[in-house]
Amino acid sequence: MATAAAAQRTARTEADGTPDTVDTTAYQRVFDAAVAADERIEPRDWMPDAYRATLVRQIAQHAHSEIIGMQPEANWITRAPSLRRKAILMAKVQDEAGHGLYLYSAAETLGTSREELLDKLHSGRQKYSSIFNYPTLTWADVGAIGWLVDGAAITNQVPLCRCSYGPYARAMVRICKEESFHQRQGYELLLALSKGTAEQHAMAQDAVNRWWWPSLMMFGPPDDESQHSAQSMEWKIKRHSNDELRQRFVDICVPQAESLGLALPDPDLRWNEERGHYDFGPIDWTEFWDVLKGNGPCNEQRITQRRRAHDEGAWVREAAAAYAAKHSTGRADTTGETGHETEAERA
Amino acid sequence: MVLSHRLGEWAGHAPVLEEEVALANIALDLLGQARVLLSLAGDEDELAFLREERSFRNLQLVEQPGGDFAHTIARQLYFSTYQHLLYAELAAGDGPFAPLAAKAVKEVAYHRDHAEQWTLRLGDGTETSHERMRRACDALWRFTGEMFQPVEGLDTVDWPELEARWLQSVTDVLGRATLPLPEGPRTGAWSAGAGRQGLHTEPFGRMLAEMQHLHRSHPGATW
Repeated sequence: MATAAAAQRTARTEADGTPDTVDTTAYQRVFDAAVAADERIEPRDWMPDAYRATLVRQIAQHAHSEIIGMQPEANWITRAPSLRRKAILMAKVQDEAGHGLYLYSAAETLGTSREELLDKLHSGRQKYSSIFNYPTLTWADVGAIGWLVDGAAITNQVPLCRCSYGPYARAMVRICKEESFHQRQGYELLLALSKGTAEQHAMAQDAVNRWWWPSLMMFGPPDDESQHSAQSMEWKIKRHSNDELRQRFVDICVPQAESLGLALPDPDLRWNEERGHYDFGPIDWTEFWDVLKGNGPCNEQRITQRRRAHDEGAWVREAAAAYAAKHSTGRADTTGETGHETEAERA
Repeated sequence: MVLSHRLGEWAGHAPVLEEEVALANIALDLLGQARVLLSLAGDEDELAFLREERSFRNLQLVEQPGGDFAHTIARQLYFSTYQHLLYAELAAGDGPFAPLAAKAVKEVAYHRDHAEQWTLRLGDGTETSHERMRRACDALWRFTGEMFQPVEGLDTVDWPELEARWLQSVTDVLGRATLPLPEGPRTGAWSAGAGRQGLHTEPFGRMLAEMQHLHRSHPGATW
């Protein structure tokens, strides 16, 4: 990291031009070398515009997913069947809001703002993970989300802890710790149902049937149709291809499903001795693209609720800003924030 | 437990992300306190999910629906101030609730601070927020007298003295927030201590229906 920063400074001196005539080749050389040497790129380092844009898009989409992802689970907070489960679920949804905050901060280091990104989410110019466009129809869905959706997210995100962009990589380290905790809790919830009454078992199986394929779609389109993959891997934002990660996830899930006593809804799923992996059936990519285009079961509902929360909260944010402006003399006041930050840190 | 449930309803609906975190945090603290208390009395889930509305002893204040953010903050200001004063007193004594109160008092001090900060922001923010906060404080005022009806088992508490300190604190915060102290009675013929006798307001039954539905649909199941 230190070397990269020093080299960047040297390059800056070498290039020594006015901003619009600057010769970027020296910068580019230093950037490429830093990436090749597995060094971290930091906010003040020079980076190619396309690298910056890719990161903003990816981190923002990731942050939006945390925020929209609160909805399907929050849907069950008021109906959780025991106080212990209710506490676990509330804590999880709270963590997701916290993850959203880390990620928006990481995106802001690239020269954008949370307001701008939220605006893009609300107007549909930026996306969130398509998985959250599926509905949570029973309590078991909360467990299936924890086990499968968080499981897929972790498989995707653990390699991001080594991503070339420092702030993103560091956010992922914190997030992955909490996500694996959630995933274990989801697994444990499903296990309780699976080993419970016949109705509870059926509820768990039904949830797994509905969430299995959408979870596999979380890894994105197959490698030959993934437009950003090659460049992202070259920049070391991405470390593995979509299909590699998907395969890794399937290999992890099969034995877990067995110990849960639940079946995965794929007749083609079987161990392939030769490959040393599980083979699995074809994914319905028509459904994937359809959900991505906004035609999933909950796309409209999710974005409408998000917009409504934002619009209905406008007067609160305005009040906080007005209050801060009136009382800004003498001490730094932060808009819309209170003592809860210490709470977030404590958690 | 009831207030925790009401705060849980905000998840995914808060005006700003920081408040998603803060409201859930308060809800979790309160749920934790409720679980300790309920476990002292019996099985927490049986008590939470299998009692009928008439057997609940919570204050009517905490069962009031969220309303807008101002209502949530007013409800929290009234209740957290009360809870903080009460727990501080219990924690200082050597009664059976002292250990529980000693742990909870740190949490409710934070809740109180959060509610006070927002009361100031909303009261002394924009014209709209001032008006909304004023209406919310007014609307919930008649549920505040109930908090100071003596509670069985808390014999050492000087309720009139607690009430005087509560009133002083709320008057001070509202004053700093440029809000008038609500007028009118702090209890009605119906609301005075009614929650403590199992007499609730209409929204409470609906809240319980939602909260208990799944648990009641699977008698004897473990989760």
